[in-house]
Amino acid sequence: MPALTTPAAARQTGTPPGTQPRPAPRKIPWRARLRRDRVLILMTVPALALLGVFGYTPMLGLVMAFQDYDLYDGFAHSPWVGLANFQQLLTDPSFWHAFWNTLELFSVQLVLFFPAPIALAILLDSLLSRRLRSFIQGVVTLPHFFSWVMVITIFQQMLGGTGLLDTFLRQHGVTNPFNIMVDPSTFKFLVSSQLIWKEAGWSMIVYLAALAAISPSLYEAAAVDGAGWARRLRHITLPGLKGITILLLILNLGYALTFGFEQMLIQRGAVGPGASEVITTFSYEFGIVQGNFSYGAAAGLFLGVTSLILILAANKVAHLFGEDGLYRR
Amino acid sequence: MATTIEVAPAAGARRRNPKRPIWQEQPSAAGQGAKTGTILVILALILIPMYSIVLTSFSTQGSVNIAGGLVIVPHGLTLNAYKLIIGGGVVGRALIISLAITTVGTAVSMVVTVLAAYGLSRQGSFGHNTILWLMLITMFFNGGIIPLFLVVSALGGYDQYWALILPSAVSVFNIIVMRAFFTNTASDIIESARIDGAGDWTILRRIVLPMSKAVTAVIALFYAVGYWNSWFNVLLFMPADSVRWPLQMVMYDYVTEGMTMPGSGTTGIGQYVGSQQIAPLSLQMAVVALTVVPVLIAYPFVQKHFTKGVLLGAIKG
Repeated sequence: MPALTTPAAARQTGTPPGTQPRPAPRKIPWRARLRRDRVLILMTVPALALLGVFGYTPMLGLVMAFQDYDLYDGFAHSPWVGLANFQQLLTDPSFWHAFWNTLELFSVQLVLFFPAPIALAILLDSLLSRRLRSFIQGVVTLPHFFSWVMVITIFQQMLGGTGLLDTFLRQHGVTNPFNIMVDPSTFKFLVSSQLIWKEAGWSMIVYLAALAAISPSLYEAAAVDGAGWARRLRHITLPGLKGITILLLILNLGYALTFGFEQMLIQRGAVGPGASEVITTFSYEFGIVQGNFSYGAAAGLFLGVTSLILILAANKVAHLFGEDGLYRR
Repeated sequence: MATTIEVAPAAGARRRNPKRPIWQEQPSAAGQGAKTGTILVILALILIPMYSIVLTSFSTQGSVNIAGGLVIVPHGLTLNAYKLIIGGGVVGRALIISLAITTVGTAVSMVVTVLAAYGLSRQGSFGHNTILWLMLITMFFNGGIIPLFLVVSALGGYDQYWALILPSAVSVFNIIVMRAFFTNTASDIIESARIDGAGDWTILRRIVLPMSKAVTAVIALFYAVGYWNSWFNVLLFMPADSVRWPLQMVMYDYVTEGMTMPGSGTTGIGQYVGSQQIAPLSLQMAVVALTVVPVLIAYPFVQKHFTKGVLLGAIKG
């Protein structure tokens, strides 16, 4: 399976199997290599230019987190304030609220969402009819391609006030039905169910592939030895999914602080910041909406650095488990 | 659709399904029933909302009144909501804008991605490692929303359509996936073509691209869906000018937030096509339906490649 290959890994792998081993690159003078590969380099220029302007320039722009940035003074003339923005950030109760809320929402979503695609994959894999299987797969995968605005609109029309369920309940004598779309106390379950509705089918595909890789002879041998379906599930199916499950779990942890930005932002108005504020929406709200650019950028820098550490740590853990992770060792 | 679903209970009948492996025991009627029920519930959770939304968009004012909201049982059907949208106003324009952004954006992204993926596909070429690292770093760290907003604004992108395309035009992840495909699958043929004296442009156009139709289709779909679904960058870069909004933003404002659209002929209650009134809800649901339709059209064409595309991608990210 083609993996993301870092240059370090490329050096280890050397030439791909089946090709004539080329002379080691360093024996050719660099001028000759430059001339030989100039077309290849030219081809990467558009991508590099776009990443330079919209990827690297904003990174440089993060110096504003150490300034009191003013739109009219720009980076060059805004006064430097050192760590004042971070000092303010780390003593700001609404920032810490956003921080803990991020972790809470993430944990609840992870616990509720994670088993869903696995269960779905096992269910689908047990179906005998191929046509039925691919029909169901087509249906459950579809919501992955909907935008968050779309998913939330659909939820709102189904479960919200004057929505389908609400209307039905009112017509059947319930006087004041519960409106989950605007209730802060159940927000974590709402966002989890939205995530399951949208992504469970898509995440399932990976598990389906892992299930297909389990040899049928294992099941057959177990059945002959008298193992019923429950024991086959426990001793063959679940162990067969263990590797990929651990890998996906670890990689998910790397995004613990940056997940769900649009999902939370769209619903911020309906349930209020108390339940829906995460660090990303905090940064947007203070930086862009309230125009306090430096403060928002300080939150953004905090987020970027902690996320980077999380992602690198998650991959480290994946490597310890003997998996490839997002990149190889 | 209904016939396909009804196959499931039949399979649970006492006669043994010939497809069932010989070692597998016949499931109990209760177990089979529970499984069928679960599947029907899962399908209903996805299909009923979509059915109801589409039906409501085609429903008359009277039909919406009878239902008291979203329509499940059709009473009267009409095309009026769509006629009003096609007839002009914000929604019709937003549809065209969204289609244009998606088309142009996908084209730009694909050109940049294919070129970069091919440019990086040859192991040990000059600057290969440096360029790859420069790209990978942006996957792990970025400046965040605020500096990006200021950079785009400084370049004059505020309220410009290019601000909805260029900042998100390159996905390093897609470049890596495509590059992996080029190096792993096509490297032998690329090598022999090079020995035969073909230049890189020729190899890319005549050999690599025809060989990688599946991966190209999947990545193009990912880009297209990304552009079609993008909403936050509109909020960020052109929040004010509702006449120039793409469809997602119109849906957000008009349906999700329940705002009325100024100066557009879609102001709340009392829409008329000729002498017939249109239920505002039908109009809203027509917006939702129109937002889904292009996805539904593109979906079957690429669905068969998904497993391959996902395996290339999702496991690693």
